[in-house]
Amino acid sequence: MHEWALAEGIVSTAVRVAEDEGLLKITEIVIDIGELQQVEHEILMFALEQLKTPTMKDARFVLKPIQGRFRCRVCGEEWAFIPETVDKEASEAIHFVPEMAHVYIKCSQCGSPDFDVTEGRGVWLESVKGLKRDE
Amino acid sequence: MSDPRIEVIERRLEKVENIIAVSSGKGGVGKSVVASTLSLELSSRGYSVGLFDLDFTSPSTHVILGIQDVFPDEEYGIIPPLVKGLRYMSIIFYALDRPAPLRGSEISDAIIEVLAITRWEELDYLIIDMPPGMGDATLDVIRLIPRIKFLMVSTPSKVAYETVRKQLTLLRGLDFPVIGVIENMVMHSLRLRSQVEEDGAEYLGSINYDPVLEEALGDIERLKKTAMYAELTKIVHHI
Repeated sequence: MHEWALAEGIVSTAVRVAEDEGLLKITEIVIDIGELQQVEHEILMFALEQLKTPTMKDARFVLKPIQGRFRCRVCGEEWAFIPETVDKEASEAIHFVPEMAHVYIKCSQCGSPDFDVTEGRGVWLESVKGLKRDE
Repeated sequence: MSDPRIEVIERRLEKVENIIAVSSGKGGVGKSVVASTLSLELSSRGYSVGLFDLDFTSPSTHVILGIQDVFPDEEYGIIPPLVKGLRYMSIIFYALDRPAPLRGSEISDAIIEVLAITRWEELDYLIIDMPPGMGDATLDVIRLIPRIKFLMVSTPSKVAYETVRKQLTLLRGLDFPVIGVIENMVMHSLRLRSQVEEDGAEYLGSINYDPVLEEALGDIERLKKTAMYAELTKIVHHI
């Protein structure tokens, strides 16, 4: 149910972006979902629907999964995150705090925990589309 | 592209009356012991208190307070467990007893994540045990928690106070309130009062080096009977 906390952040940020851009009605909200965090899409979508404000009542939420990718800072190895390769304990820790990847995952080549998460870390608001007064 | 976490951080802390960062320029000055015992003493005085260990690479308050076998509840976010009368949050719930080798930007991201998902209940005080220095954690709490106040800890050593003095300068320049400075682990004589006052901060008091404190770590009842704890209680009314 931690997805509810994420959904709250998405809705609040979308409202702020809409205000900044002078949108009176939000029609579409695109959200990048980094697979490293292993967010439950269905729960997140349900939470978004429950939390949406009147300005976004007809808006479409688009969840875009982004594969988690790593690059080792020591040997340069690049590899993709495969959820099935981490155990339940690690998976849960990374779900709540994606940086816990450095605790539980090592470079597949040299074994270092010193790597960049180059893509697919967590939840990110990609775009908010809508209608302005004169549209 | 927008980070959806930032927007909700203030809301997560809206039921907290006072937020105090226990901070120092140097490690090893007793900051975590002060943060832990301050939390216990405020709780003993009837206040509702949370303790948040923000030292993500070297957390230690769980060792000081003997906290183990607890985990946050998950309910529309994370609810810090009630441990020994305190609402408690630490990265140890996720890293367990493993090392967490994080670079600066990763520490920052982890702090933002935890602040964004942790739902603090009504608290009179939230005490934050800061990592040493003016790095990512300090800059993040300044950026993300504008109403935070700083409580500085230094030993009498010139080396330790020099780093605290710089932090005081930084905070004053940013108009962040500093509650004052505690002179901790005093072995021979007090050295800091005049320097702290010259630097425009309040000298809150001193705590002598307590040779038996080590034996009491991990046991709250023993901790509360130490000379260190007794001296801290005299300082608490300034806070």
